[in-house]
Amino acid sequence: MASKPRRRRRLASVLLLLAGGLVLAFFLASAFGAVTISLSDICKMLLNKLAFFDFPDTWRAVEETILFQIRMPRVVGGALVGAALATAGVLFQGLLRNPMADPYIIGTSSGAALGATIAMVLPINMAFLGFGLVPLAAFGGALAAVFIVYNLARVGGKTPIVSMLLAGFVVSALLAAIISFMMAISDRLDLNIRSVYSFLMGHISVVGWSQIAVIAPLVIGGIIIARAFAHHLNAFSLGEEGAAYLGIEVERDKVLILAVGSLLTAAAVSIGGLIGFVGLVMPHAVRLSLGPDHRLLVPASALAGAAFVVMADLLARVVLAPTEIPVGIITAVIGAPFFLYLLRRNRKEYAF
Amino acid sequence: MLDLRLRQVSFSYSDGQVLHDINLSVGAGEMVGLLGPNGSGKTTLLKLASGILKPGQGEVRLDGADLRLMSRKSVARSVAVMPQQFHMPFAFNVGEMVMLGRTPFIRTLAGETDVDREVVSTALEMAGIIELKERRFDELSGGERQKVILAMTLAQQPGLLLLDEPTLHLDITHQVEILERVRSLNREHGLTVIAAMHDLNLASLYFDRLVLLKEGRIVADGTPAEVITEDILYKVFAAPVIVEPHPITGDPHVVIMPQGSADSRPDNAVS
Repeated sequence: MASKPRRRRRLASVLLLLAGGLVLAFFLASAFGAVTISLSDICKMLLNKLAFFDFPDTWRAVEETILFQIRMPRVVGGALVGAALATAGVLFQGLLRNPMADPYIIGTSSGAALGATIAMVLPINMAFLGFGLVPLAAFGGALAAVFIVYNLARVGGKTPIVSMLLAGFVVSALLAAIISFMMAISDRLDLNIRSVYSFLMGHISVVGWSQIAVIAPLVIGGIIIARAFAHHLNAFSLGEEGAAYLGIEVERDKVLILAVGSLLTAAAVSIGGLIGFVGLVMPHAVRLSLGPDHRLLVPASALAGAAFVVMADLLARVVLAPTEIPVGIITAVIGAPFFLYLLRRNRKEYAF
Repeated sequence: MLDLRLRQVSFSYSDGQVLHDINLSVGAGEMVGLLGPNGSGKTTLLKLASGILKPGQGEVRLDGADLRLMSRKSVARSVAVMPQQFHMPFAFNVGEMVMLGRTPFIRTLAGETDVDREVVSTALEMAGIIELKERRFDELSGGERQKVILAMTLAQQPGLLLLDEPTLHLDITHQVEILERVRSLNREHGLTVIAAMHDLNLASLYFDRLVLLKEGRIVADGTPAEVITEDILYKVFAAPVIVEPHPITGDPHVVIMPQGSADSRPDNAVS
């Protein structure tokens, strides 16, 4: 074990570096889009929000509106989605001890997708806390699916990991079939297939700050709880029996980790749809470069995931501008080769 | 230094009863070996002693306290377990692995303290693996891994150490080394030890007291000389063996006979 100061310093420098990357991604994503805003103007506009500064307007009023009302909520939303998915990925991979685990593995994604699809069909126009019916239904669907999977897998006061993976797989398959069925009869349901498709491929849809005000505390709270339980996750890497010998209340922790991971995922999919690869690749990338200690893995993955989704969403907006491509395509196109590169470089690391 | 008492303990898995009316009292500072054929209930008994299984009937008391009423954390602060094997899917190094033994003492968000680091250093030293500290656990040999797990259990600073076949899959050098270290912990630090043992001869050499299980019942309990006899072993294992004194220590030593060789004992040949 590295001595205390050395370890602390390494930890701090890694987190600072990642935070720096996130800030950089934030400015780039704020600058580029249909209208390009210069970085110096962005800085001045941000500083003007503070009481002490009053730079003269070198920009058009519309640029200020675009920056504060459209682009920044979306960038912050992307960062929250990325942080939430990467943290949920760390939680599920750690708890399930499964390299293929991602935030969607126990049914959240199909639950959210079915919820969203049903919401698209319902002739109801409502809003709650600034959210329309689709994000609300996605959020609820994700949690409902996990609840069903968890209870299906529960036998005699215990929830074996293998049963949960199997139940998750089966429930996902069933829900996906229902979505396909709804898409097949979309004419009769008056369902817009493009909207379903957009949800399935992932698309950061944040309209203003009111949604951020709800999602941000949820995501940040989830990350803090995940970090608080990081040393329990370390013990879980010895398996449930090993964790129990080290004083972990296994079933209680399992419920807690599942609940936090599912809430983070549900929050992410409600504004981002099913963005793939972030929750799978980010924890692996961080683990391969910084080691498996969850106390570093949780915050580092959250920062890396946030920066990754912000950059991916920027590319999704500008690559074929003015056409937006689904951000999930970008995360897959970048994530898959990157993941393969990591695996090949560290082949011996993964002897699961 | 902890004592453990099992009183009229029975236990069943869903597919049948594994332990029947076990009464076993292990005093503080004892070193006890559990023997018995596969499926005789050794591992189950250890799991009951560690509290991760609850007895169907009867009770398990650790220093007088009912294990059922203790939290996992408080049990883990005094009872450490070395299971048959750990599968570690992540690339922790040895120092980090041994630090996992401090889990029951580490406060949430506070992180490890200087005390924890000191205990880990001592544990690495007692297990004889100081030089492996920075090595990756999953790249070690089976014998080295077993010593790392031993160090991890020692980092828990237990009063009772439970070992489930600690010498399984090890070469004889490591078998002897592990048992030597465990015995010196028992002798010098008063650690109470209960170990399920497969190898009768190692058990005879290293344990002061042996408890022999058959089909979930205790059939013999005493010194190696009292437990390891040809009669008892034949009754329990249904395999004919010869028991002779160990040439150096005088402890009973079991000689296994291949089938069909029952009549070719040297003393038969002489007579």
